[in-house]
Amino acid sequence: MKKLLLVLIVLSFASVFVGVADLPLSAIFRGDTEALELLAVSRLPRLLAILLSGAGLSIAGLIMQQISQNRFAAPSTSGTIECAMLGYVLSLVIFGHGDNLLLIFGMSIAGTLLFIQFIHRIQFKNAIFVPLVGIIFGNVVSSAATFIAYKYDAVQNLSAWTVANFASILQGNYELLYIAVPISVISYWYATRLSAVGMGKDFATNIGLKYKQVLFIGIMLVSVMSATVVMIVGQLPFLGLIVPNLVAQFYGDNLRKNIPLTAIVGAILILICDVVGRIIIFPYEIPISMIISILGGVVFIFFIVKGKQNV
Amino acid sequence: MSDSIKLTGLAFITVLFTLLFIGIGLDASNYEYFLSRRVPKVLAMILASIAIAQSSLVFQTITHNRILTPSIMGFDALYLLVQVLVVVIFGSFSVFLLNPFLNFAISVVIMVGFSLLLFGFYFKKNNSNVITLLLLGVIFGQLFSNVSSFFMMLVDPNDFASIQSSMFASFNNINKELVYFCIIPLLLISGVLFRMSNILDVFWLDNDNASSLGVDVGKVTKHILILVAILISVSTALVGPVMFFGLLVANLAKEFFHTYRHRTLLLGSSLMAMSMLLSGQWAIENIFKFETTLSVVINFIGGLYFLSLLVRQKIQ
Repeated sequence: MKKLLLVLIVLSFASVFVGVADLPLSAIFRGDTEALELLAVSRLPRLLAILLSGAGLSIAGLIMQQISQNRFAAPSTSGTIECAMLGYVLSLVIFGHGDNLLLIFGMSIAGTLLFIQFIHRIQFKNAIFVPLVGIIFGNVVSSAATFIAYKYDAVQNLSAWTVANFASILQGNYELLYIAVPISVISYWYATRLSAVGMGKDFATNIGLKYKQVLFIGIMLVSVMSATVVMIVGQLPFLGLIVPNLVAQFYGDNLRKNIPLTAIVGAILILICDVVGRIIIFPYEIPISMIISILGGVVFIFFIVKGKQNV
Repeated sequence: MSDSIKLTGLAFITVLFTLLFIGIGLDASNYEYFLSRRVPKVLAMILASIAIAQSSLVFQTITHNRILTPSIMGFDALYLLVQVLVVVIFGSFSVFLLNPFLNFAISVVIMVGFSLLLFGFYFKKNNSNVITLLLLGVIFGQLFSNVSSFFMMLVDPNDFASIQSSMFASFNNINKELVYFCIIPLLLISGVLFRMSNILDVFWLDNDNASSLGVDVGKVTKHILILVAILISVSTALVGPVMFFGLLVANLAKEFFHTYRHRTLLLGSSLMAMSMLLSGQWAIENIFKFETTLSVVINFIGGLYFLSLLVRQKIQ
């Protein structure tokens, strides 16, 4: 854990100094106003947004995997993100702007709740069923969102909204991401209860938990976190899926212990992808969603094939 | 109702909508221009329907299930990836891109090679779990399209413009030369599939029974996969990727026609695909006034149908 933290700090430091405008270290120490302004308005917000969204989304994935008791469940494989998209489109159509938090959060919570109820009702024996159903559910919801967007000429807004890019992060437009901090704390505090709920309704009730209430809190944490990330940054597909699995490979399955680890690994992964995206076609940028989706897809396929062999 | 009446009915719907698409507003003064615009468009839809329907149907036969189709397994995403790679490797002024026939030929060769590789991977050591295959296919499809978009970001804008047309192929922007050219491979393959229909009927009985009845299962499977890869290239080149259309058509045809004979099913599913695509596009253009695209509607309906198939499969 200490090593991981060290890696994170070194990478964060490096990330601040990668960019189109020159930012020499000496200028900052000299107190050069231009350099300080660049740091405060663009570079630091970007770093913070990366750390918060990487950590937050990974934790959301971890909780999702606990409450569905499925290794391949995550916000991107359960329709949560697509429902947030639908909420965004509805907010655009009804209120004329895409910032109605209540609608976006509400839709993603409702969608996730529907999905969890569905997979709890039909106890799939094959673990692969859950992500498959989730992905197709997401497809259906997103085509409904696209349909509405077409009707009201908002397709471009929708696709701009969902492509993840940290380049547009500036001071003043990312602060909502701080929601990741309370969510992580609550998750940590609730960890054992969430694990118990994942064992099933009977088990949870037997040891004296309010099953429905805890389940709902878990779903709310996941949905609000992933909807916030997709709002501010965009889609980071597979992140919430691969990071908890990677951590579990090396550190086992203790939820409370894994929450900080998952957060750190998620932040490191996003940081690396972001720096890579900035360097490949410098001075332009490749949206991070592309890099993370290619990387995530490959790792996911690896997990499926490997999991198959273990059975 | 007998199957031949159903076939006639579907053929009637197809002809009706073909005439509607081509005929409305046609008179002596404008027919040259209108026909030159409309015939390729209708022809592209018809050819793509046949390609999608037949490839999905025979694909399901040789894999013995009802929920796998080539496009769900990521085949048409693969076609787009091949197009992008051709541009990245050879540049936008290469003969491989400017000559549609050569481009088609090279795409088909790569597609066939890749799909055999992919299937070697999918079906390695008798990996019979369909659900795992499905998930792998879906993820591979997403991966292919993400890699395509990644390379599209990297190439310079001139190169991008030349692939853009094939990435976002739609019914209203159709490459005329390619349409007429595609008739040849499509007719050839349909003919071959028709000739093979007796062998395909035997495939319903499971691989072991088929072998004992004298069918070389491995060889036929490989031949069919090659034909499917070519059909997918045809349909994706003509109208772009339509993920759940093959699934809808193949399954509806099996429920609609009370037969296991591929001779009828191949014809029936093709007619069904044609009438659905033509009438759907007609409704989009004339009832919804272009407020949506057909692929969005197909994805919505097809996705719901796919979910219900999954759940039903689970309950069985």
